Amino acid sequence: MSVKVVAPLVLGLLVLGLWEEAVRALAVPPYILPGPILIARTLVADWSTLAPSLWVTLSITLAALGAAVVVGGVLAVLFSLSRWVELSLFPYAVVLQVTPVVAIAPLIIVWANDVDLSLLICAWLVAFFPILSNTILGLRSVDRNLLSLFELYGAGRWRTLVYLRLPAALPYFLGGLRISGGLALIGAVVAEFVAGTGGNASGLAWRILEAGYQLKVPRMFAALALISATGIAIFLVLTLLSHLLLRRWHESALDGQE
Amino acid sequence: MPATGAPVRVSAVSKHFDNGLQALSDVSLTVAAGEFVSLLGPSGCGKTTLLRIIAGLATPTSGSVGRPTGRHDMGFVFQEPTLMPWATALANVELPLKLAGLARSERRARAEDALAGVGLAGFEKSYPRELSGGMKMRVSIARALVTQPRLLLMDEPFAALDEISRHRLNLDLLALWQQRRFTAIFVTHSVFESVFLSQRIVIMGTRPGRIASELPVATSHARDEAFRTSADYVAICRLASAQLGQAMAA
Repeated sequence: MSVKVVAPLVLGLLVLGLWEEAVRALAVPPYILPGPILIARTLVADWSTLAPSLWVTLSITLAALGAAVVVGGVLAVLFSLSRWVELSLFPYAVVLQVTPVVAIAPLIIVWANDVDLSLLICAWLVAFFPILSNTILGLRSVDRNLLSLFELYGAGRWRTLVYLRLPAALPYFLGGLRISGGLALIGAVVAEFVAGTGGNASGLAWRILEAGYQLKVPRMFAALALISATGIAIFLVLTLLSHLLLRRWHESALDGQE
Repeated sequence: MPATGAPVRVSAVSKHFDNGLQALSDVSLTVAAGEFVSLLGPSGCGKTTLLRIIAGLATPTSGSVGRPTGRHDMGFVFQEPTLMPWATALANVELPLKLAGLARSERRARAEDALAGVGLAGFEKSYPRELSGGMKMRVSIARALVTQPRLLLMDEPFAALDEISRHRLNLDLLALWQQRRFTAIFVTHSVFESVFLSQRIVIMGTRPGRIASELPVATSHARDEAFRTSADYVAICRLASAQLGQAMAA
């Protein structure tokens, strides 16, 4: 294992150990701050409640991310093909991005009239912009001379897009995707807090709210840990994907080599 | 023997940019089929603009250009290798054939031949970042030649290379030209390179870009490494330098 893995791992274990020690030594009650061991026990004991919620949050996040990839990617390609489409639509994409999702979530919940759908829309709203703006940047950052070369061989717009612009935009798209992966999760959790609905099919955010009302602080921490773990897992999977796609040719994937 | 060279005729071409700058003023130039001509001039003399107009990548404000019309008749080598970093050397060389709609097996075979022709057999699967600057430029030349063009346009292709690579590529380019007899137009700002490579040097001046004079490289000496130290070479370099000096002073 490299130092890149060992160093943060050692630090993490050290902090957890100190935390446990401090909670015990100072006799902090669990409804103020539970120690990591109690949180781990709660995670196991409440797994039957938390696991379905994890699944709900995860599926909303992934669906929102998928929708962000499709809409962000397609819009970026449309923008790159037509200056007019870009000039007319891009300001509205920015408006959607800068308006805080917490502020529009209640509206969306009223309009969508379905909790899952409204959560999905909220998460998507937060997630799609980085993909859109990064992909646009990538589609534009094509070597001028390569464009000339394609023109010289009479490639036309479509084949220039497929063989030149899309591959050139891939690293930028993947960078946007990594940001959007985390944002989709944040969007899904924030929207659920705003929606604040209970029931069987509720996500981790609701579990945190619910545990808060009941002062089950260890369970709040357990749900929080699951959200963090989900975010980390999404980040790692997207980083791996990016590495696999770029390792042969892109500068960003070259560290440690040569 | 593959397709022979095609003649190029540039008639009274002028080019004004949108910002009012005049890049070229009344440029006329005839290049015979199979001839190797260098365009020599300081930066800003419009030689790259002229080359792009000949290629059809830019349109002249006035005047006309006669060149071979087929899509496969022209190859272009840029100042940088201009390779697609996500594609292997072979895929990069295949590109013009792919855009022409050739079947995979045929374009593969022809691209392999073209790579072998520039001394890169065995590097088909390498990515551009795995190749040296000189090798990347060889891939670029292979890509320009893979369609068997009748006209090869080169825009200071070796300017960014070290001298050793540049000399080797000069020799290899001449060998390819002698084999295939395409027409070659070579833009450079190096007096030595233009004398070594070409049959005729067209010297350009600035403000506005124009043709100042022409100089035939009149020598019976073989174009090999010994030519670089021959009396003919030195004499012609001196002449070219003097004419270039006049063009810049005028």
